[in-house]
Amino acid sequence: MCRLFAVTSEDPLSPMVALRALDVMKEGHDGSGVGLFMTDLGGDLEPFKGSPILSGIFSQEGIKKLDRYMMEIGLLTKYKISVRPSVAPPEGTPKRDQYLIRVYEYPFEWDGLSQAEIENRLMNIRLALRAMGEQDQSMMVFSFWPDVIMLKEVGDPMQIADYLGLERLGIQARVIMAQGRQNTNYAITLYACHPFFLQGVATMTNGENTAFGPIREYLASRGFAGYAGYQSDSEVFAHILHYTTKKLGLGLEAYKHIITPLTDQELVSHPDREFLRRLKHSCRFLTIDGPNCVIGCLPDKTVFMTQDSKKLRPGVVGGRPGMFAFSSEMCGLEEAIPDKQRIFEFQPMKYDVAYVDAKRTEVQRWNQWDTCIRQH
Amino acid sequence: MEPVGHLHPSTLSPIDLPWQIRWDRDRCTLCGRCTAVCPVRALELGVHRTRSIDVPAGLSEKPTGSYGVYHAVDSTTDISRACVGCGMCALVCPNDAIRPERSGEVDRLRFHNTQGGEPRRRGGRRNDPASLLDRIKFVRISMLTDPALDAGRHEFEVRTLLGRVLPPEEAVRASAENGWIPPVREIYPLIIGGMSFGALSPNMWEGLQMGVAYLNEELGMPVRISTGEGGCPPRLLRSRFLKYVILQIASGYFGWDEIIHALPHMKEDPCAIEIKYGQGAKPGDGGLLMWYKVNKLIAAIRGVPPRVSLPSPPTHQTKYSIEESVAKMIQSMSMAWGFRVPVYPKISATATMLAVLNNLARNPYAAALAIDGEDGGTGAAYNVSMNHMGHPVASNVRDAYLNLVKIGKQNEIPIFAGGGVGKNGNLAANAAALIMLGASGVQVGKYIMQAAAGCVGTESDRCNICNIGLCPKGITSQDPRLYRRIDPEQVAQRLVDIYLSFDAELKKILAPLGRSTSLPIGMADALGIDDYYAAERLQIKHVV
Repeated sequence: MCRLFAVTSEDPLSPMVALRALDVMKEGHDGSGVGLFMTDLGGDLEPFKGSPILSGIFSQEGIKKLDRYMMEIGLLTKYKISVRPSVAPPEGTPKRDQYLIRVYEYPFEWDGLSQAEIENRLMNIRLALRAMGEQDQSMMVFSFWPDVIMLKEVGDPMQIADYLGLERLGIQARVIMAQGRQNTNYAITLYACHPFFLQGVATMTNGENTAFGPIREYLASRGFAGYAGYQSDSEVFAHILHYTTKKLGLGLEAYKHIITPLTDQELVSHPDREFLRRLKHSCRFLTIDGPNCVIGCLPDKTVFMTQDSKKLRPGVVGGRPGMFAFSSEMCGLEEAIPDKQRIFEFQPMKYDVAYVDAKRTEVQRWNQWDTCIRQH
Repeated sequence: MEPVGHLHPSTLSPIDLPWQIRWDRDRCTLCGRCTAVCPVRALELGVHRTRSIDVPAGLSEKPTGSYGVYHAVDSTTDISRACVGCGMCALVCPNDAIRPERSGEVDRLRFHNTQGGEPRRRGGRRNDPASLLDRIKFVRISMLTDPALDAGRHEFEVRTLLGRVLPPEEAVRASAENGWIPPVREIYPLIIGGMSFGALSPNMWEGLQMGVAYLNEELGMPVRISTGEGGCPPRLLRSRFLKYVILQIASGYFGWDEIIHALPHMKEDPCAIEIKYGQGAKPGDGGLLMWYKVNKLIAAIRGVPPRVSLPSPPTHQTKYSIEESVAKMIQSMSMAWGFRVPVYPKISATATMLAVLNNLARNPYAAALAIDGEDGGTGAAYNVSMNHMGHPVASNVRDAYLNLVKIGKQNEIPIFAGGGVGKNGNLAANAAALIMLGASGVQVGKYIMQAAAGCVGTESDRCNICNIGLCPKGITSQDPRLYRRIDPEQVAQRLVDIYLSFDAELKKILAPLGRSTSLPIGMADALGIDDYYAAERLQIKHVV
């Protein structure tokens, strides 16, 4: 099984906080890979909040291709953090030329573009780079978005962190999502490693989504270039969240109702039954069929956890005002926030969404039987 | 060589017939039940002469002969009365003295049942036991990451949608703006396909309606039944049970006078309106109710004179193209019920299915598409239509689904598949295979007749006389002497049995796939077949 850990803190944290929490849960995962998503950045990257950041792994040839491509578009480098490992990688980890985090400056031609247009351009650049890299394995691009860093690699999370010197890089973030295992469900590729990210929306998932096939087909047929990839059955959780928030303009509550709709009989007595029934009908192909525990982050830095509607996967939320964590196991939570307060602890069940917004004052709970469809 | 007298070209011997009667003289008590029950009068009482030779020992006395008679049950070789193999004689015989047996070779009757220039007409099916659906396996078994579910104890939502489903963006917008939302029914994915009042006997029809009502009201299973093209009894039209009924309109418009007149009196809307453009068993042919079955009751409900054959035209005569059919007929039927009732066409599976589907996709009122494959059944059709016309349902449904995926409308127009579902008894497996190929649900007719009422028809041309009103089980007869053989209460009971066992079997398929929250429509990654070309064609796994 996967083990997941996410933390949201008013003070920026090193990614090692999340990796150490994963490490104490190691009985539950095989340490075969690591995936990191960081947003609401602090540290050295704090001054570059509005600028798009590219995260990826490159060969020497890949760097050249990247530079040529970005120059053509007019994207200029403002700041970069790169790791060129000089020692041998840990056993099982491939030798890479360069791990790169590069902050770009928007071309002046982009001035005056709508936010939606800028978001689409950023996504299309990422997809184009990914496609270019797939031809000769020279580039792997995980994200290209303001205030977001991602890292994925094969191997034990702690060993990878040592190998890359993660602690020394000066990367800090207020929201960190981490996962400690390479995928097993489908062909092994770094793109299949959680978390998944699309235009400010990120999720990671424990379990297997048995309805993956039809959901993938449905998303891929929406006519949106970003709904692609799907090396992992879990990638659809991020894309459904993106679809819910960006395409339908609905919030986290609707996301829960879309992935795990109430049954027809349950809806009969729900105060919002008219709307929910329509939503269920229209989004029938987005219903997941678990078992899954989903942890995600919205563009407004709200971090949440929810479960599928039948089998569930372990998951607990807790912490203290100012710092909360979402963890597959209690021990991970205890490791990261030793002074957590029990009053905030909560294990979401089939109808629940637990979330912590950017104020980080409390764990908020929302239940599918609640009436109000609030918009995030 | 003895002369045999004058032979007509169509003179047949018993071994030329597809079915031969095996009669055991020693066991028979000549009670006459078999001759009385035989629907085609293939059995007759025969009086035969016997001769015995008495040969005494020695040479002094000469052998003597004596004559006697014995009485037998004979089978006729008359072409119009040849045994159809229904086996009713065996059913009623108290001594197990008689039964029909299938000829071991291709019969000669088929060359002669064209007397008077009339080709053979019959009821039944294509008479081909092969089934591609039976060969499809469910290969994606959840093992470690996703433990399989418990089919017996887990909660399953086995429901589907019938109706035009808005894309999410439009549904959200329509909700915000209080716009029109097309009617959508949440139903059980196994629909009883169109078998008309007229094709079926009153007792059979009543039994099915009672069973459907029980399933809905007592067991909470939203099962729906199509009327077929024959109208609907006036009391049912004015009852609350109408909501379980899909009213079918076809090219003969039979019964629609009564339905239109009942509109102001309807307490409930019907589940849906099905416009039949074609039937898988006899594509391109209209419905056919032969005069034998058009008694006063049927004539009254259909609005026709009694005792005339009722062949529906092959197409809707008021329409000249798909576009017009789709646009006008769907809209006028929708309008009749104030746009509160889903209206969808049923077509026979065909190589031109995509043209229909694409037109439906552009019509915002089109609620679904029912595709009826070549293995469907019929109450009456020409033999050649049944045996040689038509398109298999599996590839047609798959093409339809994948085409909808291509245009992103796989959730907007539900596809219902029929024709040969459960033809060899594997109802749940066939239905699940079609659903995973892309159908939102399945329609089933023959299986219901066989399992709920004991239809004796098989895929080897047994019985198949539904067309002439002599159904030995009373299922498709309008003769009270025959249909009294069937008790509506027991049909209803059997229908409930069928649905409950189907439900249990379907869950036994869904559970190991890890699916319970929604029907696995289009989950073709779970399917495999041992035929490479079929796997390629259906875009499923080739497993050996």
